[in-house]
Amino acid sequence: MNPTDIHAPAYFHKVVDCQWACPAHTPVPEYIRMIAAGRYTEAYMINWESNVFPGILGRTCDRPCEPACRRVRTEEKPVAICRLKRVAADHKGDIEAYLPHVPTTKNGKRIALLGAGPASLAVARDLLPFGYEIDMFDRDPAGGGMMRSQIPAFRLPADVLEEEVDLIVNMGVNATYNYEIKSMKAMLEMNYDAYFVGTGAPRGRDLDLPGRQEVDEHISIGIDWLSSVAFGHTSSISGKVIVMGGGNTAMDCCRTSKRLGAESVTVVVRSGFEVMKASEWEKEDAMSEGIPIINNRPPKEFVHENGKLKGVIFECVKPVEQDGRLKYIPTGEPDVFIECDHILMAIGQENHCPWIERDIGIEFDKWDCPILDEVTLQSTHPKIFFGGDSAFGPENIIWASAHAHQAAISIHLACQGKDPKDERPPEGLNLISQKMGVHEWSYDAEHDASKRFIVPHANRSRSLDNIKVEVELGFDELLGSREAQRCLNCDVQTVFTERLCIECDACVDICPMDCITFTNNAEEEALRDYLTAPAKNLEQALYVSDDLETGRVMVKDEDVCLHCGLCAERCPTNAWDMQKSVIHIPQLGSYAE
Amino acid sequence: MTFVPKPKVRHPLLEFNEIGLTRRDYEGSVSTLCAGCGHDSVSAAITIACNEMSIPPHRFAKLSGIGCSSKTPSYFLGASHGFNSVHGRMPSVATGANLANHELYCIGVSGDGDSASIGVGQFAHIVRRKVNMLYIVDNNGTYGLTKGQFSATNDRGSTSKRGVPNLYSPIDLVSMALQVGASFVARSFSGDKTQLVPLIKAALMHKGFAFIDVISPCVMFNNHNGSTKSYQYVREHTAAMVDAQLITPHEEISVEYAPGTVKEVDMPDGSLLRLRKLSETYDPHDRIGALNHVQRAQEQGDVITGLLYVDPIASDLHEVLETTSTPLNQLVESDLCPGSEALDGVNASFR
Ligand SMILES: Cc1cc2nc3c(=O)[nH]c(=O)nc-3n(C[C@H](O)[C@H](O)[C@H](O)COP(=O)(O)OP(=O)(O)OC[C@H]3O[C@@H](n4cnc5c(N)ncnc54)[C@H](O)[C@@H]3O)c2cc1C
Ligand SMILES: Cc1ncc(C[n+]2csc(CCOP(=O)(O)OP(=O)(O)O)c2C)c(N)n1
Ligand code: SF4
Ligand code: SF4
Ligand code: SF4
Ligand SMILES: [Mg+2]
Repeated sequence: MNPTDIHAPAYFHKVVDCQWACPAHTPVPEYIRMIAAGRYTEAYMINWESNVFPGILGRTCDRPCEPACRRVRTEEKPVAICRLKRVAADHKGDIEAYLPHVPTTKNGKRIALLGAGPASLAVARDLLPFGYEIDMFDRDPAGGGMMRSQIPAFRLPADVLEEEVDLIVNMGVNATYNYEIKSMKAMLEMNYDAYFVGTGAPRGRDLDLPGRQEVDEHISIGIDWLSSVAFGHTSSISGKVIVMGGGNTAMDCCRTSKRLGAESVTVVVRSGFEVMKASEWEKEDAMSEGIPIINNRPPKEFVHENGKLKGVIFECVKPVEQDGRLKYIPTGEPDVFIECDHILMAIGQENHCPWIERDIGIEFDKWDCPILDEVTLQSTHPKIFFGGDSAFGPENIIWASAHAHQAAISIHLACQGKDPKDERPPEGLNLISQKMGVHEWSYDAEHDASKRFIVPHANRSRSLDNIKVEVELGFDELLGSREAQRCLNCDVQTVFTERLCIECDACVDICPMDCITFTNNAEEEALRDYLTAPAKNLEQALYVSDDLETGRVMVKDEDVCLHCGLCAERCPTNAWDMQKSVIHIPQLGSYAE
Repeated sequence: MTFVPKPKVRHPLLEFNEIGLTRRDYEGSVSTLCAGCGHDSVSAAITIACNEMSIPPHRFAKLSGIGCSSKTPSYFLGASHGFNSVHGRMPSVATGANLANHELYCIGVSGDGDSASIGVGQFAHIVRRKVNMLYIVDNNGTYGLTKGQFSATNDRGSTSKRGVPNLYSPIDLVSMALQVGASFVARSFSGDKTQLVPLIKAALMHKGFAFIDVISPCVMFNNHNGSTKSYQYVREHTAAMVDAQLITPHEEISVEYAPGTVKEVDMPDGSLLRLRKLSETYDPHDRIGALNHVQRAQEQGDVITGLLYVDPIASDLHEVLETTSTPLNQLVESDLCPGSEALDGVNASFR
């Protein structure tokens, strides 16, 4: 293999698994160290810069970082990255002094943001410090998008939501609420320099089965029902409720029903339990509140008597694997009938923009999604950009932030007459030695073997009674700092200097995880096999040195490295050093300018 | 040295041996030696070898004298027996331990100061007595622990860290062991575990006195230009003569060598010791030939390594003394004091 180019930013970025997995590339270990040091305000601001909504995300994020966490590979349970974000938000001090300055003299460019969800808000935050004039339109009475209209208060209290939404709006956004956008053409006539479409995926799917029309008044579309709860139009539900669907909307629907007085709530899913779209923890939370989840039951028919819903007939199926895909085939058991008085339909959403005329230069694909450049998020109309759920279909808040950063760069470049694709700022990397002295590092290198700490919950009877009682209490400072210690500091890299190595083997001998091998060079496949421990995770590149004195090379498998620094401590010549990799992700306001 | 203890977590794919342990179970406490000391690699090699042989750690007795090298038994086989004795006197203690319980695998670790300077007399005699043990000398040509004085194995002309040459001829422990009757004699290098680990395994299986002289650089006091025991010098002047590979009864024989260069030796426990000659003219069963070869190489400043001599049908001290097959420490009073009738019989035999 050729020597690894460790100065290419992607190499070490990939070693920081959580940061790599985070769509907005939040520097996770850096903020976790801040929490361990009790520096909550800084920890919060590191998050705010990358993901814009730390308090909200610390409670609601889909956390793609956690399954990626190296701790899963070394000891099963990931660091509670998401809940640590909340620790920073809950315990932070005054952030005023850390906020970017928004100039009073504007730069003359006007930007329209369509929709006031997280995507639009994050674009506003990135652009405001550059003097843009920002006009934001939404049909809802307040900003926040689905964070406000969908996510129930027992998961996300209103004050947490409002604090982070208002922070951005108060930076100088001209917000127009209760404003339904009916025509893109009309918007274009308002002559903005650029448009950002952040209208989300607001249409819930329906199911056309026998009896559907007849029982219409007893069926609600999940997201419409949740938003009417959020805006106070619905405050109770009675009788027996069936929630259809297996995603997060289904979980919020069933838990909300339980709190609004349903006699019984049952979730029925057409597919198996493991393949449900809902996150592991959402399923656990619903079940622990006494809500049964019934799987492998596709609905067949709505049963009614004189226009009154009686229940639903479900077929019994089982999954079988065919050509590597799951297919559901009937088990032959008789159909089951489940009685109910109300159905909440939570089987998916679509990004649906009937108000965008199809003859104004925005092209759509065969699924009716806008055709976008995946990097710039520019549509086929040079002034119109998309982001969040409206771009590629329903995702989540963290993707909305990630899109927003990219779109903001594109808008900024476009407004300066530059090419949003070719003139984008590159990623960058700084490596900073953490050595303070002999056996002294500026990070806490010692490995902490603690098991993942559990977030305390509010008293069950209290939280099931009132939709406004937040279920999770969050870590307190002590639990937070202990959980923070579990982080392996994957951004503190082992950096190898060939010419210093005397091949004494000390690092090989001390490494608790058998990461390091000195060997004759070979092709990657062969090399992966005959390392001290075989390198089976093909996602994680091998770190290969240049030729050493003996003609061998050093090969390190980064996969399960604890970043404990023992190799560097044991090296007599400092050929290993622990260096913090600071990865610069282009973003307006931080590194790009 | 390190202050942070080595974490207990291990690689998820680390192999279990035949008795359900991993290599990590054969480690000791964290080393307090200098970072990069060759001795730590020797300890690691012992750890690897013992794990691969699937011998329970409590079946080992570790014995040592005084020196950095003699400290190392703390850093491997934490769950075994150990005796850290007096400078140069490990052989006496090892002899006693082996006499008391011949069922233990004895590993003695000593230094060149410990064995070639103060303990040279003890060394010669334990070899003569054929004590069944593995005797390792971590040979760095210096007194590491007392801060870098020349030891008795330091080559004449080799310099100290400050450039002062050594004026005296060296004692070569390999030659000495050959001369006074060791039945297994090897030399290796701490920086070459591919060679050292199989040697340790073969030596542990050997019945009789097995000696391995491991050149093990002292990074602190003897790893400079001018030293003949530095990592660089050893790498540049090493020539391997014979590679050893121990094949236990359970293992498949998989490696194929070119015919004529391989010799196979049956070991007492049914394993097979495979010797691969790397030099046409070298015969690992010829004691005098080996002695000549070693001496000549030494003269030229070369370090020849590998299993230099092995007598496959060697005997040990217990055989010479015709002791009982029950380990002596397990004999009970009735065995040792068979009563007046037996005594009368003995007396009668002298009449
Ligand atoms: C029930 C439910 C629970 C969820 N839970 C989570 C969670 O826990 N964690 C998570 O990360 N994500 C969650 N999500 C997903 C998340 O809410 C969305 O991915 C995210 O809000 C998308 O942001 P956005 O800015 O693209 O659009 P949205 O948040 O959907 O905002 C779009 C805004 O545009 C406005 N709008 C749309 N069309 C028009 C129009 N024609 N005129 C005027 N205004 C218009 C809407 O009123 C809305 O305010 C959940 C979604 C649902 C449905
Ligand atoms: C009876 C006695 N004399 C002298 C000493 C001092 N002393 C301690 S270690 C040592 C030399 C050790 O050299 P070596 O065996 O080569 O071990 P190394 O430290 O080099 O591994 C000496 C002379 C002592 N401890 N006891
Ligand atoms: S251990 Fe820490 S730095 Fe490493 S992946 Fe997990 S959270 Fe990130
Ligand atoms: S930091 Fe060094 S010693 Fe620690 S696990 Fe990683 S490679 Fe091994
Ligand atoms: S002084 Fe020399 S022999 Fe002793 S621990 Fe240090 S490097 Fe090793
Ligand atoms: Mg010595």
